Amino acid sequence: MTAVSAKEPIHITDDEFDTVVKRDDLVLVDFWAPWCGPCVAIAPVLEELAAEYGDALTVAKIDIDQHPQKASTFGVRAIPTLVLFKGGEPFDTLIGVQTRSSLAAAIDRARS
Amino acid sequence: MSEILIYTKDYCGFCARAKALLTAKGADFTEIDTTRDAGLQAEMVERSGRRTVPQVFIDGRHIGGYDDLAALDAAGELDALLRLAEPAKGEARHHRLIVLGTGPAGYTAAIYAARAGLEPAVITGVEVGGQLMTTTEVENWPGGDVTLQGPELMERFREQADRFEVTLIRDHIRAADLSRRPFRLEGEARAYTTDSLIIATGATARYLGLPSETAFKGRGVSACATCDGFFFRGKPVAVVGGGNTAVEEALYLANIASHVTLVHRRDALKAERILQDRLFAKVSEGKVSICWGHQVDEVLGDETGVTGLRVRHVDTGETRDLTVDGVFIAIGHDPNTILFTGQLDREDGYLRTKGGLAGNATETSLPGVFAAGDVADPVYRQAVTSAATGAMAALDAERFLAGLAAEPAPQTETLAA
Repeated sequence: MTAVSAKEPIHITDDEFDTVVKRDDLVLVDFWAPWCGPCVAIAPVLEELAAEYGDALTVAKIDIDQHPQKASTFGVRAIPTLVLFKGGEPFDTLIGVQTRSSLAAAIDRARS
Repeated sequence: MSEILIYTKDYCGFCARAKALLTAKGADFTEIDTTRDAGLQAEMVERSGRRTVPQVFIDGRHIGGYDDLAALDAAGELDALLRLAEPAKGEARHHRLIVLGTGPAGYTAAIYAARAGLEPAVITGVEVGGQLMTTTEVENWPGGDVTLQGPELMERFREQADRFEVTLIRDHIRAADLSRRPFRLEGEARAYTTDSLIIATGATARYLGLPSETAFKGRGVSACATCDGFFFRGKPVAVVGGGNTAVEEALYLANIASHVTLVHRRDALKAERILQDRLFAKVSEGKVSICWGHQVDEVLGDETGVTGLRVRHVDTGETRDLTVDGVFIAIGHDPNTILFTGQLDREDGYLRTKGGLAGNATETSLPGVFAAGDVADPVYRQAVTSAATGAMAALDAERFLAGLAAEPAPQTETLAA
């Protein structure tokens, strides 16, 4: 039988970034910081999505305060910024607080 | 909803059970009957690596047979996997009182209502914690200590609500039907019905509405200095507005940015005196300058994001360009009442409440629906006034529900209608 374990968002660093977005087909990167209220507010939604999509999606959180390099590379100037990578390339970018349905819609678009 | 595929065969008890389980969940599935099709049987074996039926796939992911499906259900994971949660289908969950919103108004209403035994449910919305989540120091919260931060205050509200066993539901309401009783709310996760409703959906930061502003949103245009100020360390920024929010943002950014220009269309600020004094101190230090009597004409930028701001003098029409990397918009807020368009009386988008001295001051144009906080307040808009009206709304709802219990007739009548 296929083991089905609830997946959780992973925390990544600037150094791990490229490996993760290239390794997994679909990666939702959350550029966030602990002092950003809206980032904290949407965290549970990202946890739900990680669990829901299971192996089809990796949710990777990068704390831009600790790891500012990739945020700069991708021109992030607001948080939360969510970048969906498909096959290692940015597929969609969502800036600011998102509803669960708008995130799910973006993920489903990337999968179809 | 997820795409569900199930490979089956005739005379297969476990197939029937698996289908019955999915049907009971209200899930739509596609059945692939392999009985007389060797090709489909081979496909199933190839995709699943197993030779037994049924084999279930959800969104292309192999789940396994009936036992695997049942085990997931027993673990409470199946619903999320099926994403039944998504379109609000199936049975609505009923509450006596639902509070919409988790700012000071929503939480206070919930705390009071819980203590009154009304067993309220609070639906959080997307911006959990409300506007205070994007502030830093909250210096005017009575009884607050010197270092009290907005998000910290909201965390305390939440803890207090927990203490009285308020049901907190993380969902976002997409539609409301107040024309029938109980009222019906359609969430992203599910549907709800309620005998009474407290609307504390608050207000959301307003933008200027310029195309250039929209184009650079998140690439230099922001409405949250505490979130995005980080990206402008040592760089020049502008803040647009003249109220408390604008001055607070300018003061916050003055510690981060190389220089802050406050752009205000009038020649005096609306902000509290203490904030103005602090701002003018920063002006004397040369950290802040104020561009009086100007409004924004255009946000300037290139592929890297914002590079400047074109402002226009409101009287002379003369324009000038400011070199800035970031523009923070703090021109006010719009109440979140779109759900109730055509259902409740509004004025400039704000919900109209009764007011007056006869009690029931927070009732909207519809009995049983109450409003608290910024959603019904274009004037005061303070954390403490929001909390106060939240308490009032809970007391009003309590009285309304007591009336319902004493006289069930009107409710039955409406239900029958």
